[in-house]
Amino acid sequence: MTASPIKLAATAEDHHIARMAALALGLSVLEAAVPSPLPGVKPGLANIVTLIVLARYGWRAAAWVSLLRVVAGSLLMGNFLAPGFFLSLSGALCSLLVLGLARHLPQRWFGAVTHSILAAFAHIAGQLGVVYLWLIPHAGIAYLVPVFAGAALVFGTVNGLVAAHFLNKEPDHTLSLEGEGLGRG
Amino acid sequence: MPFAHIKPGAHIKLGDGVVLLGGALLTMWLALVLWQGGAADKAIIRSGGKIFSEVPLNRDQVITVQGPLGVSTIAIHNLQARIASDPSPRQYCVHQGWLKQAGEIAVCLPNQVSVELTGARKKYDSLTY
Repeated sequence: MTASPIKLAATAEDHHIARMAALALGLSVLEAAVPSPLPGVKPGLANIVTLIVLARYGWRAAAWVSLLRVVAGSLLMGNFLAPGFFLSLSGALCSLLVLGLARHLPQRWFGAVTHSILAAFAHIAGQLGVVYLWLIPHAGIAYLVPVFAGAALVFGTVNGLVAAHFLNKEPDHTLSLEGEGLGRG
Repeated sequence: MPFAHIKPGAHIKLGDGVVLLGGALLTMWLALVLWQGGAADKAIIRSGGKIFSEVPLNRDQVITVQGPLGVSTIAIHNLQARIASDPSPRQYCVHQGWLKQAGEIAVCLPNQVSVELTGARKKYDSLTY
């Protein structure tokens, strides 16, 4: 067998983003097994990874990790290009947009908890926007808005605290989640 | 407690607290605005499936509607409306009493007369008995 002429050169950063995306993917698959009282209300544990990547490696890496997680996650769950996929995508895009702005807030006063809460609210805003404009163009979904907002507040805070915990624990740029066992290259 | 070692106080900065408070206020405001029933400001009176008249609730009056069985009387008083009298045999719509919230409806099926209150928002999309 001859060697394939096509060779993609993956940089160390590519490997790192892939590892982080895989970790986020694992968390979202784990979370999919947890039953939810209302479709769309879930903790969003994968966002902890996005928050850590944002703080350590910047917005571009966070965007890669988040969007890779959405696309690969939908392939794993089997809803790629289905409504659920577009809901995840719109939520992730809105979160990333808000995170891009929020990370310019003074770091002295605003940390991962702020990022997480703002991103969570942006996430539900993006999702409800798609639901209203595309799936259920009915004013009735307004009744669900407070429920989603409450969930965003609670889970946003908890995820932010967990992310802040990891960020404060290891000021250097290695992440304990990223162990030796988690795929090399 | 697996997360007992995560101490919230150590990770919430001043601005985080402000954002948290802002989020809580936003959520409460949304619940207050979106979950209140909504005051009614208009009554829609239907007869035989067609709109007979739409009347504002801020003027007290008594309206009579002719149906196949006879005359139904609709009273509007103090921003509320009711069917005061009706020739229907079981008088369900009369016993329903005063309608107050937007979306509430009283229907006299035998005489084909109904009164529905509307406002900026409806409290119910539909009613099922």
